[in-house]
Amino acid sequence: MNPAQSNYGWGLPVAASTYADKIDRSLLILHAAMAAIFVLWAVYMAYCLVRYRKENSPKAVYSHKSTLASYTPDVLIFIFEVWLIFIVGVPIWAHIREELPAPEDATVIRVVAEQFAWLAHYPGPDGKFGRMAPSLVDYAIPLGLDPQDPDAGDDVASVNEIRVPLGRPVLVTLTARDVIHSFFVPEFRTKQDAVPGMENSIWFEPVMAGRFEIGCAQLCGLGHYRMRGDIFVLPEDEYAAWMAGEQAGRRP
Amino acid sequence: MNDTRVLDTSTGIPNGKLGMWVFLASEVMLFGGFISSYVILRTGSPYFSIPPREMLGVPLATLNTFVLITSSVTMVLALDAVQKGSVKGLVRYLSATLFLAFCFLGIKAYEYHHKWLEGITLTSGLFGSFYYTLTALHALHVIGGIVFISYLLAMALKGRYDSREHARVEYAGLYWHFVDLVWVVLFPIFYLL
Amino acid sequence: MTAAVHREESFIGKWIFSRDHKVIGLQYMFTSLVFLLIGFSLILLIRWQLAYPGRPIPFIGDLLPDSLAPGGIMMPDFYNSLGAMHGTIMIFLGIVPLGVGAFGNYFLPLQIGAKDMAFPTLNMSSYWVYFVGGVLMLSSFVLPGGAARAGWTSYVPLSVISSGQTTWLLAMTFLITSSLLGAINFIVTTLNLRAPGLTWSRLPLFVWAQFVTGLILLFAFPVLQAGAVLQLLDRVAQTSFYMPQGLIISGELSQRGGGGNALLWQHLFWFLAHPEVYVLLLPPMGIVAEILANGTRKPIFGYKEVAGSFCFIAVLSFMVWAHHMFVSGLKTSLSYLFMTTTMTISIPSIAILTCYLLSLRNASIRYTVPMLFTLAFLPMFGIGGLTGLPLGFTPTDVYLHDTYYVIGHFHYVVVTGTLIALFGGIYYWFPKMFGRSMNMFWGKVHFWGTIVLMNLIFFPMFIQGLAGVQRRLYDPTVQLHNLTVQPTNVLMSYASWGLLLFQVPFIVNFFWSIFKGARSEENPWQATTLEWACPSPPLPHVNFEKVPTVHRGPYEYSVPGREADFWPQNEEN
Repeated sequence: MNPAQSNYGWGLPVAASTYADKIDRSLLILHAAMAAIFVLWAVYMAYCLVRYRKENSPKAVYSHKSTLASYTPDVLIFIFEVWLIFIVGVPIWAHIREELPAPEDATVIRVVAEQFAWLAHYPGPDGKFGRMAPSLVDYAIPLGLDPQDPDAGDDVASVNEIRVPLGRPVLVTLTARDVIHSFFVPEFRTKQDAVPGMENSIWFEPVMAGRFEIGCAQLCGLGHYRMRGDIFVLPEDEYAAWMAGEQAGRRP
Repeated sequence: MNDTRVLDTSTGIPNGKLGMWVFLASEVMLFGGFISSYVILRTGSPYFSIPPREMLGVPLATLNTFVLITSSVTMVLALDAVQKGSVKGLVRYLSATLFLAFCFLGIKAYEYHHKWLEGITLTSGLFGSFYYTLTALHALHVIGGIVFISYLLAMALKGRYDSREHARVEYAGLYWHFVDLVWVVLFPIFYLL
Repeated sequence: MTAAVHREESFIGKWIFSRDHKVIGLQYMFTSLVFLLIGFSLILLIRWQLAYPGRPIPFIGDLLPDSLAPGGIMMPDFYNSLGAMHGTIMIFLGIVPLGVGAFGNYFLPLQIGAKDMAFPTLNMSSYWVYFVGGVLMLSSFVLPGGAARAGWTSYVPLSVISSGQTTWLLAMTFLITSSLLGAINFIVTTLNLRAPGLTWSRLPLFVWAQFVTGLILLFAFPVLQAGAVLQLLDRVAQTSFYMPQGLIISGELSQRGGGGNALLWQHLFWFLAHPEVYVLLLPPMGIVAEILANGTRKPIFGYKEVAGSFCFIAVLSFMVWAHHMFVSGLKTSLSYLFMTTTMTISIPSIAILTCYLLSLRNASIRYTVPMLFTLAFLPMFGIGGLTGLPLGFTPTDVYLHDTYYVIGHFHYVVVTGTLIALFGGIYYWFPKMFGRSMNMFWGKVHFWGTIVLMNLIFFPMFIQGLAGVQRRLYDPTVQLHNLTVQPTNVLMSYASWGLLLFQVPFIVNFFWSIFKGARSEENPWQATTLEWACPSPPLPHVNFEKVPTVHRGPYEYSVPGREADFWPQNEEN
């Protein structure tokens, strides 16, 4: 039994990032409202279907009047939506999309999506990403890091595995190499398309250690279904040990 | 189609005229889709290189614009002539319009040939891609117009039109002015800006 | 006015290349129903793979070539093709031609008291262009390269580098052209050919719906055509409208010039495709109004509000498209704008549903087969519309985008909503088209089986979506978070195969009744609108024995002081 399985069930996966429960709360509010509206409509309709069937109501009442009361559902829903958009939605969206952590305070990673894998690129202790050139890409150097570039000396690359420390936000710059993919981590409620020619920045901050699944959420070809990866959220010391180990191995 | 049944339509506008306006609305959206794509990429893409002014052949294109605008004028004169009952005038001005339309296409062909040799091709860069795609689409519409106007000319020579029955001349005029208008937009966005 | 001079028409002139809107409507009807069945069968194949990933498909597996399903096991590419073609066929070859091409063509002229459409020859061409486009689209399965496989959405760069896409783009050009020709016809016909006395406020809501739909098609489709031409050029001429610099495909650096923008396609595509969903929705809403007024024996509640909402939806539908792009890399400020417009468009939809529900009050409801379908539409569309809210709301869309929640949402609207209403329309208008009625017992069987099974197929999709199951997955079990809800796939698959079985009574009933159904009178439903004021079927080429004059609104049922509970629009007094 896969340890990560316990993150998932019949409902929403475990909420493993700081903004996950904000999103979950919005989902709850919306579904509660939807259920209320549907039940009210359904009860009303069921009542009418019985009360006004031909046998109970041989003659219909002719009327062209629309009462003011008939506008009530629209007005109520309009008010609800205004509240939802401006009081709830805009702040959450701003928080997720615009309030990016400063690179000094975050674990900065570059993720390059390709058919059909997630390539992760860490700048290493110097905090600088080494130069990459498309012409240098090959099987041994999937990221095409230039070995001559001094900044690249401490860079770390991994395929389908991303390790981050617990306790700090993660700042991810997403791009893709060939077609549009989408970086989706259900437990973090994080999703962003990785678009060739664009660098899209997103952030998340895990609230628990563990293993979390990366899935691709944009059809990218015949391997779309198997384009999965893992994010390992490690306690700070374990992460530091891992990074030190990577530096010792010095694989570009 | 005769326009003697104007009173038969709920709006008072003949079917053909309304149909032509509706069709032109869709054409606005078609050209609009292409033109807005061009504008977005030209202003937004760092890889959009614009050829130097000398390579664009602005004087020739300006002449061509003048040719097309004149053909719209002759089209107006054609309609005016038949409204006043002059079939001879109709024939004369329809022929002039056709002649100018062919001139336009001829100059365009020369432009294409010249630019291609100079290095502005369909794949030499986004400018070339958009230039040929959009002006070719426009040229296809010019050819469509030529077909329509040639048909009118043939009918005119057979004596089908007079001061009361000439609806299709008016519809062709609407179409032709639209084609001219599109060029008046394409010319500055490719040659002048 | 007497009937038109009877000209001897050849079989070809009467049935193949007819300019009579009724024949064209029937051509659209038969063709679209066949395409719907084909599109349906594609998804039935997919449902096997989803329920039992990697297992050979029974019976059909042996018939499939090795390139698509070696040993009867579907290949991922074939799966993607089935998915892309299912969507494309259902929308462009099935639902729109049925709702607009069939019902619109047949009943718009009748309901406005006209002899035919404004441009009969254009009408005929629009059908044949559709037919050619449909055949071309389907033939992609057997052409070299196979069928399209980049989704019905054809996102670049995937669609530029995948096979089968060129045929898709060419076929779409035919289909777009057909729709545009049809739209011109519908708009001019509604504006110009209304019978004397038929003012805008006396138009049946079905006519309002078709007219507004024509306007949507007219303004939206050309933009997709432009986008499709650019994609075609990227594919065959190596241009880079959509292809960014420095693409590395399968390890090789692309030699294209580059400089293009992948998101540009999404904007151009969704500029059409969002209004397109209202093209899928509005004509059936019009049909629901017709049957509802007739089956409740009273005027539709809030006629002005419904007609106004149709118009408001049409206008707003052009301003919401980027809600499909919230996670695409779109500028954040734009997503605020589109979230607001998207939530706003729910208001007129709710208004329409409210009016229809309020039409049940103080009614005298007859539970005929058309009414069963019409009444079912109301809560089903309710679910479909309501589930759009978490998708239009950006913070929740981040999680739900490209999951099964989206698939559940739009199938509720288009299948349990639109298609159910279209079925209702078929049972309702069958007597007018063929002079005979369909068998109502089998109609009830068809209804109950269909509505129950549709819910069993589509409701679990919301559960899957909330669990995070993504769209378009050949084998969902590779991803851990999909494992717990995988059993729902088995349920859904069996329900879908059961749904096929329940269409058999419909298909048999439909064709049998054309020849052997009980003969029907001119106005078997005792309805008020003009299509019932002519023979069943209407007279070839002229429809009415005499041009009707309209004296009152479209839903004058149960008018006090009158003996009959319906007062036809054209009746003198």
